[in-house]
Amino acid sequence: MESHLALIEQSFNSYYSIWAREVLDELPESFTITDACISDHPIVFASSAFLKMSGYSKDEVIGQNGRIFQGPKTNRTSVMEIREAIREERALQISLLNYRKDGTPFWMLFHMSPVFGKEDGRVIHFVAVQVPILRRNRLNGSSLSEEGSGFREIVFGSCRREVCLDSLVDLGRVLALDSDTRGLNIEEPCEASEAEKRKATFAINHILSVLTQYSESTGKLVCGKRCKLPGATVISSSLNISLGRIQQSFVLTDPQLSDMPIVYASDAFLKLTGYARGEVLGRNCRFLSGVETDSSVLEKIKKSIQAEQACTVRILNYRKNKSTFWNLLHISPVRNATGKIAYYVGVQIEEGCKSQEWHGLNAEMRQLSCVGAVRVAVRSSSIGTGSSK
Amino acid sequence: MSESLMLRIKRVPTVVSNFQKEEAEEGARRSGGCGRNCLQKCCIQGAKLPLFAFKKLNKIVSEKEVLGNENNEPPVAFLDSLLLGEWEDRMQRGLFRYDVTACETKVIPGEYGFIAQLNEGRHLKKRPTEFRVDEVLQPFDVNKFNFTKVGQEEVLFQFESSEDGDVQFFPSAPIDVDNSPSVVAINVSPIEYGHVLLIPRILECLPQRIDRESFLLALYMAIEAGNPWFRLGYNSLGAFATINHLHFQAYYLAVQFPIEKAPTKKITTLDSGVKIYELVNYPVRGLLFEGGNTVQDLSNTVSDACISLQDNNIPYNVLISDCGKRIFLLPQCYAEKQALGEVSPELLDTQVNPAVWEISGHMVLKRKKDYEEASEENAWRLLAEVSLSEARFEEVKALIFEAISCRDKGSENDAQDLLEDANANNSLEEVDAINKGSHCAMVSGNQECLVRQ
Repeated sequence: MESHLALIEQSFNSYYSIWAREVLDELPESFTITDACISDHPIVFASSAFLKMSGYSKDEVIGQNGRIFQGPKTNRTSVMEIREAIREERALQISLLNYRKDGTPFWMLFHMSPVFGKEDGRVIHFVAVQVPILRRNRLNGSSLSEEGSGFREIVFGSCRREVCLDSLVDLGRVLALDSDTRGLNIEEPCEASEAEKRKATFAINHILSVLTQYSESTGKLVCGKRCKLPGATVISSSLNISLGRIQQSFVLTDPQLSDMPIVYASDAFLKLTGYARGEVLGRNCRFLSGVETDSSVLEKIKKSIQAEQACTVRILNYRKNKSTFWNLLHISPVRNATGKIAYYVGVQIEEGCKSQEWHGLNAEMRQLSCVGAVRVAVRSSSIGTGSSK
Repeated sequence: MSESLMLRIKRVPTVVSNFQKEEAEEGARRSGGCGRNCLQKCCIQGAKLPLFAFKKLNKIVSEKEVLGNENNEPPVAFLDSLLLGEWEDRMQRGLFRYDVTACETKVIPGEYGFIAQLNEGRHLKKRPTEFRVDEVLQPFDVNKFNFTKVGQEEVLFQFESSEDGDVQFFPSAPIDVDNSPSVVAINVSPIEYGHVLLIPRILECLPQRIDRESFLLALYMAIEAGNPWFRLGYNSLGAFATINHLHFQAYYLAVQFPIEKAPTKKITTLDSGVKIYELVNYPVRGLLFEGGNTVQDLSNTVSDACISLQDNNIPYNVLISDCGKRIFLLPQCYAEKQALGEVSPELLDTQVNPAVWEISGHMVLKRKKDYEEASEENAWRLLAEVSLSEARFEEVKALIFEAISCRDKGSENDAQDLLEDANANNSLEEVDAINKGSHCAMVSGNQECLVRQ
């Protein structure tokens, strides 16, 4: 848990530096920043306006996924649209019903935008701005918002509401209609006004420019738009996200690139071997072998790959700190939506290592489940692109 | 039932088990000791299978409540891991008729993003069998293929509710023959990776018909998997169920189904908190169920709806999506049309049998030509043939609502409900249609609030 939080803090600081935090904290808007590279997209930054609006403390929010603010009346289709936008690495502006810590629901305009790494074009973070949608209380007969445009009319209901109100026992609930809530019909979709939309767009742009500016100081440049990649070995963000859900140690290698380099490495793999992600991406796996690694095993792996077959071997591997471990390695070809082999997956199990979280699934089954999860991820993420990957 | 002509169509049944043979071969087999390691009396004694005991949630846990957890990692859930691992194992053992990941698949450009797959190996070049399509309820026939005849290697694990309320896993548990377990087995002609069959109380040999208990089991599976890309589906007889032995299907596909994107129009909210919507702007007319104060509420409402369709001989399909939060119910009449010769030869040639996956927008095509020419219009046109007409759908809706409200518990007319309904006046027309001919006691209330039925 601690290392998870440290990872999160590092996520923000390494790209934008700690000074960016101060600048962002001074912005009046409500927004959050989530990390697209860490499993389940944890929130790595929440503005003070956001915390105030939602009623949560910083500790309750950092490290969580945005779904904690959803509730029973949140429109599931909207949630799916957000999910799709994340998958497709694009911006989205949508009205959404969220819940505060005290359980009260409120409508807001949710505007999300990806932040791309300039070097490799991968999505690094998502910025999400929340603009509360203000609804004027219709009971007093006043007309629409100050801006006077954009609201959906509730044609039905208002007079009935007045009628029914008289017979209400629990008037307290009705009178508590503040400008945030839709009162009793909270599920009715709520459209933001043009002004609210402009506000969201402005906020996003401002935050993106702050992030871009501060990324220059760390050298890890980011950009609000995806930059052209000079043939870098990179996998799509949606595939990255799907693979991020898989807990086991594994790598994906690309057989179509020269020397079959690693194009994805799971956090567990990095933990097992002691390397940082930047130190393994783009390299062939042979760096894990050393002086005492049995070359006949390496030969067996090579032959299986040439034959496009799966294989399981027991191989002596070396960590970054030169210590060794016995690796029960399973390698298998993985096809994408074209039906052709797109990657090879290598799943590592450290012999003799106990993992408590697996409740009785043996090592072999854990390996196979990793392969299965990778197959689903690779196939599904390539289904819409129509390109070779 | 009318004594008029029996409706039949001819189609090649999908092979879901390596032990599924043609009827002629079935009859010829002698009984007793088959040596195939199946699940019948001959082989089942002493058999062991992994057992996954799921947690029986009573309440639909909102994500908010999870906040207090120490472990906030939502990785691939345990049930997912077990299912994927076992499935991959069977794949490497060569139990499937073909490698589904080698089948080309794509999203068809368009507003809805129908998904097409070119799968030449799924359909056999065999003699088509006759299927009776005018009876949604048919008695179980021991002479026909059923899932107790599958080899044990095709069964991945037993799936039961946990005794003490926590998830439990037993890598090798005996099969309780007296208390038939429910099992998850592979579909040897998979549509996608991880395609399995959920067979409730397999040894009881229940025919293909939904009951409350079985549907609840399916819903628990969706919830337990916790993966929005793992969906369960059900086909009634007459809606392209292949085998008359109670089963649900499930598989993984990490893209949205067109049906999940379709806009919906709210019809009502029941006392139990279950919300019912109608699909709008989708080629097949259907209903969507969500919410409910408890999982059982949602499950029972949908089951009751299905049972009413069964009892009225209306074929239908069900899709459980979004980790069990959204359930689609789609009555259909394609088989009937086919039997009456009302389907164009063009559509028949594609040999697409519109079962739950096709209706949801995932089309498996056997001809390269159809795959290459796949378009949103074609898909729409095919599915439009499957749908009930508007008039017929209204009748069916009325049937469903009658069945549901008959069983809807109590009628505490609390203010909130009254007001919610009052604001849904745009459904007044539907209200009139629904109320017509209903025998159930209406919930008392103001004129404006009749919409609750």
